[in-house]
Amino acid sequence: MSPQSLYVAIPLVCLFGAVAAGLGGRVLGRRGAHWVTILAVAAAFFLSSGYALPQVLAGHVFDANLYTWAQVGVARFHIGFLIDPLTVLMMVVVTFVSLMVHIYTIGYMRDDPGYQRFFSYISLFTFAMLMLVMANNFLQLFFGWEAVGLVSYLLIGFWFTRESAIFASLKAFLVNRLGDFGFVLGIAAVEMAFHSLNYGTVFAHAQALRHVLLPIMPGVSWHLITVICLLLFVGAMGKSAQMPLHVWLPDSMEGPTPISALIHAATMVTAGIFLVARMSPLFELSPVARSVVLIIGASTAFFMALLGIVQNDIKRVIAYSTLSQLGYMTAALGASAYAAAIFHLVTHAFFKALLFLAAGSVIVALHHEQDLRKMGGLRRYMPITFATTWIGSLALAGIPPFAGFFSKDAILDAVSHSALPGATYAFYALLGGVFVTAFYTFRMLFLAFYGEPRMDAHTRHHLHESPAVITVPLILLAIPAALAGAVLIQPLLFGHFFGSAIQVAPADNVLAPLAARYHGVLAFIGAGFAGPALYLALGGIFTAWYMYIHRPAVPARVAERFHLLYAVLQDKYGFDVLYVDGFARAARSAGRLFWRVGDVRLIDGAIVNGTARWVVRLAQRLRRAQSGYVYHYAFAIIVGLVVLMTLFLQHGS
Amino acid sequence: MVSLSDYLILGAVLFAIGVVGVFLNRKNLVVLLMAIELMLLAVNMNFIAFSHFLGSASGQIFVFFILTVAAAESAIGLAILVVLFRNRQTINVDELDELRG
Amino acid sequence: MSFQVAIFYLFAAILLSSAAMVVTIRNPVKAALFLVLAFVTAAGLWILLEAEFLAIVLVLVYVGAVMVLFLFVVMMIDVNLAALREGFVRYLPLGAIVALIMVVEMSVALGPRRFGLARVPAPAPLGSHYDNTRVLGKLLYTVYVYPFELAAVILLVAIIAAIALAMRRRPGTKYQDAGRQVDVTAQARLRIIKMPSEPKA
Repeated sequence: MSPQSLYVAIPLVCLFGAVAAGLGGRVLGRRGAHWVTILAVAAAFFLSSGYALPQVLAGHVFDANLYTWAQVGVARFHIGFLIDPLTVLMMVVVTFVSLMVHIYTIGYMRDDPGYQRFFSYISLFTFAMLMLVMANNFLQLFFGWEAVGLVSYLLIGFWFTRESAIFASLKAFLVNRLGDFGFVLGIAAVEMAFHSLNYGTVFAHAQALRHVLLPIMPGVSWHLITVICLLLFVGAMGKSAQMPLHVWLPDSMEGPTPISALIHAATMVTAGIFLVARMSPLFELSPVARSVVLIIGASTAFFMALLGIVQNDIKRVIAYSTLSQLGYMTAALGASAYAAAIFHLVTHAFFKALLFLAAGSVIVALHHEQDLRKMGGLRRYMPITFATTWIGSLALAGIPPFAGFFSKDAILDAVSHSALPGATYAFYALLGGVFVTAFYTFRMLFLAFYGEPRMDAHTRHHLHESPAVITVPLILLAIPAALAGAVLIQPLLFGHFFGSAIQVAPADNVLAPLAARYHGVLAFIGAGFAGPALYLALGGIFTAWYMYIHRPAVPARVAERFHLLYAVLQDKYGFDVLYVDGFARAARSAGRLFWRVGDVRLIDGAIVNGTARWVVRLAQRLRRAQSGYVYHYAFAIIVGLVVLMTLFLQHGS
Repeated sequence: MVSLSDYLILGAVLFAIGVVGVFLNRKNLVVLLMAIELMLLAVNMNFIAFSHFLGSASGQIFVFFILTVAAAESAIGLAILVVLFRNRQTINVDELDELRG
Repeated sequence: MSFQVAIFYLFAAILLSSAAMVVTIRNPVKAALFLVLAFVTAAGLWILLEAEFLAIVLVLVYVGAVMVLFLFVVMMIDVNLAALREGFVRYLPLGAIVALIMVVEMSVALGPRRFGLARVPAPAPLGSHYDNTRVLGKLLYTVYVYPFELAAVILLVAIIAAIALAMRRRPGTKYQDAGRQVDVTAQARLRIIKMPSEPKA
């Protein structure tokens, strides 16, 4: 088979699986549904890792339009694939995590009536995400972008009888829509400026447009590239949940846990990171845009991490940790360390999926209890879950030699070398984030697995380790969560893995100093002991141990002492209040106003029914002319005839 | 000699009489149909006059068809009239205002 | 004033006056008879125009068939004669004015200035060998054969429509049904039953 048809097959098998499980779920049955989707995603994974990856490593970058989707005037919209190192990395990560989640779901959703529907959705999601990363133009990227948003909406609201799930899915959809609006404007700006949506064409001409100014309003002109980058980044903010568009991600925990692992931790939310990395040739031309990205990313990383401390829902703790880690990636993007951001994306995908699936394992064992205050002492009952959670937590906290340490240290180092405005603030925010991250991660770990069991006796009596379909994915994810950093740091950061897929101006190459100092994995770990980050992480772990194991009474006293801060954190800085009670309510009032006045009175009353009323009135008068007598009609005809004849006589020859 | 315009004006007057007949007749639907026949006769008169003076037999063919259609029309018209009379016991044009608005 | 002109004016006068009588006379039977007169005079004028076939057709078909139909209907329908002329005088002036305007306008349009002998000279007489019926027949069956067929269909439709409209079946009326008459068998009419003979009392 040609490379083209193999590449096309990768997303299409997933689509086939989704359609088969979704439309034929009743015929296939539960076993049939999970087999068809798992085999499809497995095929996609093996094609990605066994075929696409070696091809790209051998230097065969694939970039071709396969199909002209639409042609409007001179604008042509294609469906095409770009398979370069960045794409392949994403494809492998996405299909691997997706495969693990598929297998895990067999155990997690065992008793759910929507079993086939769920498999169909996650398979559809894999298809959408693959279309997103494999696109070679902005429009197809947007297709995948919207498709993952749609699947996310469907999956957050998967338990559609729960009111909170409906609210959360709607919230996610609306917030994403806000980001997508900016994204669409960005794509339109690209089309306007470059007359093409193809990546290659756009990047090739970007340099020529770097000094072009775009009038924003009279008297104010911005650099065109900056405007495009900022608009695209608005889309990335929505999808990757950066402040202030982050509010949907914690609520998305209403969805089933496998989804939280797949979509809201490992893959979909990284679409924004992928987007900015993909757009590196554009962002390199706009220091202003990168500065914005850096500050937003660093702020998200620190402030969202703080919120993780006060959460009692195990999934929400991990959700805020996801927000915070996405902030790290975004900050790395802002500092031009695209490779470091993607590196962290990969390691984070593994350990965050692991943590979520482990949390799911705990939740299943406790009969869908998510409150940390009702856990405790689980290490005796669930040894595999316990061990893998340890690995995930160490990776998240950034303890060597686990994966998170390498990527996080690289990001910190890169940001410290950045010369952009706001880089100093970003560096300290990220550094603070390291301490907080370690603290809340181990708070969760200690609360769930150590101490006295706090669940009721009945639940405790039935506690046991989860079945193999749950533990095997945990183990399979734990391996890369532990090792991926050490293995991948050399090729991803300092090798030439990405080639031309990521372009960094030499002046902005903040990874260069790190590369100059790099002498192998062990030396890198050794260098970590010289910096503050590792000690902050260890300090965070120690504090968590002190507060939640050594002196369990301390947390309540701290909360009391700093009750104002505690209240602010509990309120999540008031974003939800502002959005729901402020914007949403205002929009609803405005909508009601337009409905009552604009629609009912003006459009329906005056225009639609009004014209009808006028016609009726006019017809009431006009019908008097219809006497019904034959001779009246005859007379009218005659008069018309006479008039016509007179006209002919006057104007005829 | 009789000129073409003589025949045409004769036809015009005949047509006008037919028109006035349609207009004046308020009581009897049959007479209304007769007035229509008069108008058709006027038209036929014009056709034949033109045919004669222009030396083309096609005008007479037209008259032939007009006669055919007029015969069909009066047959159906009278049939309708009979049904009308059977249903309403009248053919008074003044009372036939079903279509009044 | 040649003989033809005299004939024309005489016939024209009869035609117009009988036409006027058709629309003004009170009794519809008389109106129909005046219409017959108008048709016959018109036929005379058509002969003057060397259209013999149509003149004969007008008399045969119109006078002989259509006008008989009119008379038949008029007599079949019981009309109140007294009420027939109501409102006639009231509308006469308006009708007369309209008619006058039409006549004047048409006369201006069709008058001698455009269609006089100077503009349209009278054709030479066609002579005794000319056969109007043959000429029309040739035209009808060659050039106008499809319209001719259509005219035949129109007449057929008119026949069926007229019957369909006017025919009604009164309850109690007896009809023949030829199909059933042909279809009948001896068994349907005659039944032979075996009966035991009654014992003598």
